[in-house]
Amino acid sequence: MAKRTSQLGIDTADVRRARTLARQVGKPIVDLATQHTTVSVERATLRLAGLGGADPDGTPWVNRLADAVRADVGLEHGVSLPVWDALLRGEADDLLTLAQKAAAGSVTFRIPEGRDATRATSASRKAVGAGIKQIDRQRASREKMIAKIGDAPSKPWIYLIVATGDIMEDIPQAQAAAREGADVIAVIRSTGQSLLDFVPEGATREGFAGTYATQENFRLMRAALDETSRELGRYVRLTNYASGLCMPEIAALAGLERLDMMLNDSMYGILFRDINPIRTFVDQRFSRQVHARAGIIINTGEDNYLTTADAIEAAHTVTTSQLLNEYFAKEAGLEDWQLGLGHAFEIDPEVPDSFRLELAHAMLARELFPDAPLKWMPPTRHMTGDIFKGYLLDGFFNLVGALTGQGILLVGMMTEAVVTPWISDRDLALQNVRYVMNAAGKLHEDFRPAPDGFIANRAREVLGEAVALLEEIKDDRTVKGQPPLLSAIADGTFGLMKRPPHKGRGLDGVARKASDYYNPATEILEAK
Amino acid sequence: MNLIRPYGDTTGDGMVQLSFTLPIEHSKVAEGAAVQLANKMGMDPALVVHAKPMGEGFTFFVVYGRVNHLVDPSTVEVVERDYPLLTPKEANAAIKRSMRRRLVVVGGCIGTDAHTVGIDAILNIKGFAGEKGLEYYRELKVVNLGAQVSVPQLVEAAREEKADAVLVSQVVTQRDAHLLNTREMSAAFREAYPPAKRPLLVVGGPRFDETMAGELGVDRVFTRGTTPGEVASFIVHRLTSTPTTKEAS
Repeated sequence: MAKRTSQLGIDTADVRRARTLARQVGKPIVDLATQHTTVSVERATLRLAGLGGADPDGTPWVNRLADAVRADVGLEHGVSLPVWDALLRGEADDLLTLAQKAAAGSVTFRIPEGRDATRATSASRKAVGAGIKQIDRQRASREKMIAKIGDAPSKPWIYLIVATGDIMEDIPQAQAAAREGADVIAVIRSTGQSLLDFVPEGATREGFAGTYATQENFRLMRAALDETSRELGRYVRLTNYASGLCMPEIAALAGLERLDMMLNDSMYGILFRDINPIRTFVDQRFSRQVHARAGIIINTGEDNYLTTADAIEAAHTVTTSQLLNEYFAKEAGLEDWQLGLGHAFEIDPEVPDSFRLELAHAMLARELFPDAPLKWMPPTRHMTGDIFKGYLLDGFFNLVGALTGQGILLVGMMTEAVVTPWISDRDLALQNVRYVMNAAGKLHEDFRPAPDGFIANRAREVLGEAVALLEEIKDDRTVKGQPPLLSAIADGTFGLMKRPPHKGRGLDGVARKASDYYNPATEILEAK
Repeated sequence: MNLIRPYGDTTGDGMVQLSFTLPIEHSKVAEGAAVQLANKMGMDPALVVHAKPMGEGFTFFVVYGRVNHLVDPSTVEVVERDYPLLTPKEANAAIKRSMRRRLVVVGGCIGTDAHTVGIDAILNIKGFAGEKGLEYYRELKVVNLGAQVSVPQLVEAAREEKADAVLVSQVVTQRDAHLLNTREMSAAFREAYPPAKRPLLVVGGPRFDETMAGELGVDRVFTRGTTPGEVASFIVHRLTSTPTTKEAS
């Protein structure tokens, strides 16, 4: 690797300091995560062991079984030992039958001890190991397909969204988008799915402003894009969203069905969906361990900060969050190439020098995370319905993307905030991207910001503010014995929202692990 | 009388621009079809200035042309929103000015309805349709009770939080459950509060009819497509006495 020198005059000691602080802030959270489990972590484990489907009311069997176990013996031991103990005792021949019987109340669970515990441990490890092997196979088949039919031709990868609510309608739209040039297809989820404490089942044909993330929808879309990938001679990646109350389960399903990217932010659920902080951090860690194993690229959600806070004043919160997301991701086993750290072009275009500020922020992200793909999000906040002005703004967004070597470029639509993209909107948006990449894609070879110019100074200023914020978080001793980051989140440090650790959705699904807690999935995922 | 027509670069030229896609391969026939559409829409002459294939079997057109229609602004009828639309900043300022404390909003889904998508779209900071939810407003204290809240629980929470406004979302409409639940809710509030003290009652959901507020005993009904800004503006308008600056747009 060539030695990198900073174009922005950033002192490597400052970068080290920032990472050290992120680790100091993040470590107590990781400790907290390892001390707890959640209903969704346990259900994800059952899913890896092959339990799927739902009862006639649509409640997934993993929920029915986990709830039954919890009612008998609590959550703190994990569900694996009680479940495989029941199977070994002959309560049922398989997981599905056991779930059905448990739902009917005809099974009593216990915590096995001695040899029973040993047998349950190895049986559960075998069953869950089969699911993880399936994830490994899917990863290998992705790599094989890419080697055989080819990868996206150039960077940044062009990322397009479909969102009809009906998977059967999404499929032809996604295939059309791929033919028009998309390298990555994201299926937007139905509004509010992140707050469901279960993963819906089956192929779904109605959603609110998006399509439900289900295992069957994942499978159908991936199969359709495989077909299109072969037709086009390049592997088209598929994205969905893990964030929410079911992060671990959706991560497991994504791995099993070979999704390629997942939205997975360490704090999004807490800040924007009022999900309990502890629940989020526990779920996040497990889900990222699964993504790491599956070779999935995560996309983090820093762009969301800028949709609520001012994009100039809050620029350093983006950097801070990227550093934290990086720490949590690497701790969970993800590698640099899997870190689609988010940022966005959201500065008010009326502000003087807005483009130079955007460029400074984007260059800072590029320098701080040289080996991460980075996910560059288009303007939304200042898209007013004036489609002509919006088209120009998207062009400037694309130019920043070209100049700073973004890995993943979400294509901006001039009709943002007007309609869901029309066929012509998408085509015009892609023409915009192509023109900029063709005309200026290599401009970064010539472009150097003046060493003490506006851009370099601004980038250093933002990094300085991010370091100061991390220091402030690290020193937050509001609640004794509580990880400072939790206190900071409770104080409203991020995105203006105050989220105390004992409040928020999904708290009742968190349990502190007992000393005999066992989870075969965690054991396998952490062994590597 | 002040009749007008579109203006390109000369008074009275009637010039308009139009873009659209036709589901047809690009060809001379396709361009003719585009002219035909423009003609039928009243553009005459119509000039196809741009035609481009878009995906398989689609062509995108930009057409310029002249229309002969006259419009008479004096006969335009508009239905005005009966409250001004405020930005979050303006809403916060209005609350600060007239209440000198935060305005308390309690929300939830009542009955067996587990669909929090509506209430969350309005209350969660994430918001809806590009607008931030009510949690984003500094001067609003938002208490979101979530799903399957019973009417007595809702009244209790409203009392405890000293709610100024109560928001109820109803998505499930089997056997008119949304209407029955709403009537039960408004009756409970009338019973629990003296008329002058009762919080503002607002219901919303995709199957409600906006004109039914009186019949349901609530102060306002919002229906499909309502954004957080509209709800916040309405609440602020009804609960703060100070006139607000920005007019409905």
